[in-house]
Amino acid sequence: MLLASALLAALAVLLAVPVPILLDRAAWPRRAPATALVLWQAIALSGGLSMVGALATFGLAPFGDDLVHAAGLFLVVVSTEKTVPTSDVWPTLAVGAAALLVAHLVLNLALTIVVSVRERRRHRDLVTLLSSPDPGRPGTRLLDDPAPLAYCLPGVGSLPMTVLSQGLVELLSDDELGAVVAHERAHLAQRHALMTTAFRAWSLSLPWFPIASRARASVARLVEYLADDRARASHGAEPLARAIALVGGSESTGPMEAGAADRSAILDRVRRVGLAPLPGAARVLITVGAVALVVVPTVLLLGPALLDG
Amino acid sequence: MAALGELERSVMDQLWSTPAGLTAYDLVDLLPADAGKRLAPTTVLTVLSRLEKKGFVTRERSTRPHRYTAVASRADHSAELMRDVLDGADDRVAVLERFVGQVSPAEADALRELLLGRARDAS
Repeated sequence: MLLASALLAALAVLLAVPVPILLDRAAWPRRAPATALVLWQAIALSGGLSMVGALATFGLAPFGDDLVHAAGLFLVVVSTEKTVPTSDVWPTLAVGAAALLVAHLVLNLALTIVVSVRERRRHRDLVTLLSSPDPGRPGTRLLDDPAPLAYCLPGVGSLPMTVLSQGLVELLSDDELGAVVAHERAHLAQRHALMTTAFRAWSLSLPWFPIASRARASVARLVEYLADDRARASHGAEPLARAIALVGGSESTGPMEAGAADRSAILDRVRRVGLAPLPGAARVLITVGAVALVVVPTVLLLGPALLDG
Repeated sequence: MAALGELERSVMDQLWSTPAGLTAYDLVDLLPADAGKRLAPTTVLTVLSRLEKKGFVTRERSTRPHRYTAVASRADHSAELMRDVLDGADDRVAVLERFVGQVSPAEADALRELLLGRARDAS
């Protein structure tokens, strides 16, 4: 158990700092956004599992040789004796920290989901009152505003919605507009909001851990790439690149508030449109690595119990 | 449901243009008839109670029939909507993700250069 704990702790540290920094800086995710998203999810899942697992295996080591039996014994002892049955304070602290971390992450995820669902519902009510249905495009609404805007609202108990502004319709030609709508529909069809919401919850629940917000930004960028790829497949590279540049390059989008990272992201997307995807073999290899990342801590945690039968 | 949404919009349009407020019967008279049939007062009342629940209208209960008024002007609600959209870049409130975020004038210039370059390559 102590060896497993040390290995899990090492994995947790690797996945908390160097691995996300390397992935955030890597160039290949631009050419394989779907694969990179799988890897980010594996890193988050495996990192959380290793962190909690390292604490739990260390804290429960006095109770047994494998995690499952030790956890069972620990619960029996705590519930019958109403006290923590060890003289050593560190294992007890570790078990407490593991439980707190799990509760913190789960509660924060739930809270973030509840808040964003409520805000989206309010926004949907506003859109319903202030926009008109686009007669040519089902599920699309036209907002009477001169700023060129396009965004989508995932449906929670209602139909998903794409919103375009009058300014956008006037700025873009038909094929460019088609590319924008295809981009937004890809967000909705591929449920990108689930992923961005989960990573936002993660970065909000760990404010002292700056790498979580880097991961969130990276995932947000990859999701845009994925939607761009879908739009390019259906409407061609040129209309998409023109649409991104025209909407980004129009100065009537309101006061300047966006950060520098956000601004260079737009140029980055225009340049990315012509890029060839990563070879299939490389994508498969990375996906296998992502699966291994989740399998390793799972085996370290549950393997001994399964071997014992 | 979509049709109900459109009715909500027509009702709000009437309430926004009449700040003093309207009764459900005023609204029946004002709203365009659907295929020659006037809207039933109960339909209008259903729409009004939905709008009240969503916080867009308030009801004056001291008069009979009840008089409904818009909670805020159309411009206020437009401003709220645009705030949701434009603040999307903020980490804490990123509920909406726009097609393209905001850019600086310098960035806009760079994008236009890029567009011109692409146009020249294409021709």
